[in-house]
Amino acid sequence: MSVVVKNLVKVFGNIVAVDSINFSVEKGEIFGLLGPNGAGKTTTMKILCTLLKPTSGDAFVEGYSVRRDPKKVREKLGVVFQESTLDIELTVFENLDLHGRLYGMGINERRSRIDELLELVNLEDYRNVQVKKLSGGMKRKLEVIRGIMHSPDILILDEPTLGLDAATRRTIWRHIEEISEDVTIILSTHYMEEAEKLCDRVAVMRNGKIVALDSPQSLKERIGEEIIVLSFESSDINVERLKAVSDGLTGLATHISLNGNAIEIHVKSASAVLPEVMEVLRTLRDVNVKGVEIRKPTLEDVFITLSGDSTSGDEHGGT
Amino acid sequence: MGELDAVYVLWLRDLKRYLRAKSRVFGSIGMPFFFLAFFSLGFRRVEFPGVEIDYVSFISPGIAAMVVLFTGVFSGVSVVWDRQFGFLREIMVSPASRFSIALGRALGGATTAFVQGLIMVAVSMLIGFRPAGNNLLLFPVLLFLTALTFTSIGIAISTVMRDIHGFQIVVNFFVFPIFFLSGALFPLSELPSFVEALAMLNPLTYSVDALRWSTTGYAFFNPILSIAVIFLSCFLFLLLSSFLFSRTEVE
Ligand SMILES: Nc1ncnc2c1ncn2[C@@H]1O[C@H](COP(=O)(O)OP(=O)(O)OP(=O)(O)O)[C@@H](O)[C@H]1O
Ligand SMILES: [Mg+2]
Repeated sequence: MSVVVKNLVKVFGNIVAVDSINFSVEKGEIFGLLGPNGAGKTTTMKILCTLLKPTSGDAFVEGYSVRRDPKKVREKLGVVFQESTLDIELTVFENLDLHGRLYGMGINERRSRIDELLELVNLEDYRNVQVKKLSGGMKRKLEVIRGIMHSPDILILDEPTLGLDAATRRTIWRHIEEISEDVTIILSTHYMEEAEKLCDRVAVMRNGKIVALDSPQSLKERIGEEIIVLSFESSDINVERLKAVSDGLTGLATHISLNGNAIEIHVKSASAVLPEVMEVLRTLRDVNVKGVEIRKPTLEDVFITLSGDSTSGDEHGGT
Repeated sequence: MGELDAVYVLWLRDLKRYLRAKSRVFGSIGMPFFFLAFFSLGFRRVEFPGVEIDYVSFISPGIAAMVVLFTGVFSGVSVVWDRQFGFLREIMVSPASRFSIALGRALGGATTAFVQGLIMVAVSMLIGFRPAGNNLLLFPVLLFLTALTFTSIGIAISTVMRDIHGFQIVVNFFVFPIFFLSGALFPLSELPSFVEALAMLNPLTYSVDALRWSTTGYAFFNPILSIAVIFLSCFLFLLLSSFLFSRTEVE
């Protein structure tokens, strides 16, 4: 195991940011940390890279404890933080060169690696430009290539593609996949597509706890094989009606939630449940169903189901 | 990895930032310059009992010490900026030891403070300061060690500061009292005895005295004592700052 997290707890004042979590990551695995804002992803990662000390519990990187051997842990890591950690007064090259030296890279190795990485993200022309003169996305690119520059054994990426354009995001994904054979990667993201595409396994966090941990495929299967989406006129749909649908389908659906003007019903098999759904709808008078759609769940559905994201309006969702 | 590499890059980074920010050069010399100019005008005919040198010679080494005091403390405290701008995290997750990081930072800040101090000496010479004597070569050494001491103190202070807003408090309640209690502007013997006792506890007092001795030959303490205090306090504060620094969490 490359990374092992054991009963990890971090408390800030009266906020329990990380609440006794456990997971382990194998060598060469890409492990995703998902969860709504404030779930505890960044805190977990900061403990892993020894910036924060655990309140209790411990984490091990290649067998070294973040409590007892922080320096050994740091030697194994490459980190990209959620917020910028560049020196904006220095140039792009200087930031990378400083990083290389800090990690003991020789001058030739630094030069060739810097050329290679700048080319990867199309920043060659900005080599000698002060970082404060770069756009937000360019800074992010620089931050990401700096984190992987010294070819670490373990990469910790906190929302690496935040603010990057679609093409660059794809470039970074491709690169992460390329290096992932030998590198263990822990990454957090709010882009479900990214997690689904890259991660071997994901942990969904909520309020400091891990509420689900599995491969994206199994997680999707867990919430149901198919989703029936019923869309309504906006005036027709409300919480009581959702409840009526929910009551009528007890035992048939794994999860029912309200999403805007639509009710989403997670089921094993849509064709088997659809007649029952229609039956229930008939009992609700004055309701016009505008459309019925059947689709496969995505990781986003899993996420919304598990993390209870308030914007999805599913506080009333049954199970 | 080479810890020396880490010390070197952090030192180099400070220097690069210093050379890039022209306003820092003038900014930190401005106030000491006015102190020098107005005090030496105002007191040019004053004679302190027992002091055999003219006032410009008396005050100039003190003003050089003032520059390294202010610039050094400021450089050290600016670790708080690095924390706010996030760069500190980049260093703190690297394999470099906390001690190397603090040392590199202290050496970088001390070097810029030292250069500023030398610039101040050059300015003093324009208004009539004439350093002389057999111990002139000790001057840069002592000035640098003083810069290192106060940069370390600045770093130590930065570890207990949450944000840069506290800097004004540091200046008003630490830097200025240290300066006024150092004998830079007038001889310690002019002070009431309890204030003089306080001055004896101030490391800058010994720096000012030794710097004055190395450029003019006049000293209040035995120079051996002052030099010993300078070396000792530099060593102690360097240790203290790296100890405090190694215990900080960087969020
Ligand atoms: N330095 C701190 N002091 C106090 N509370 C903190 C600190 N850092 C984080 N928290 C709290 O800990 C909780 C978890 O924060 P964390 O940054 O780990 O969330 P996150 O999952 O990374 O969220 P996001 O998706 O918004 O980045 C939040 O409630 C946050 O307010
Ligand atoms: Mg975060």
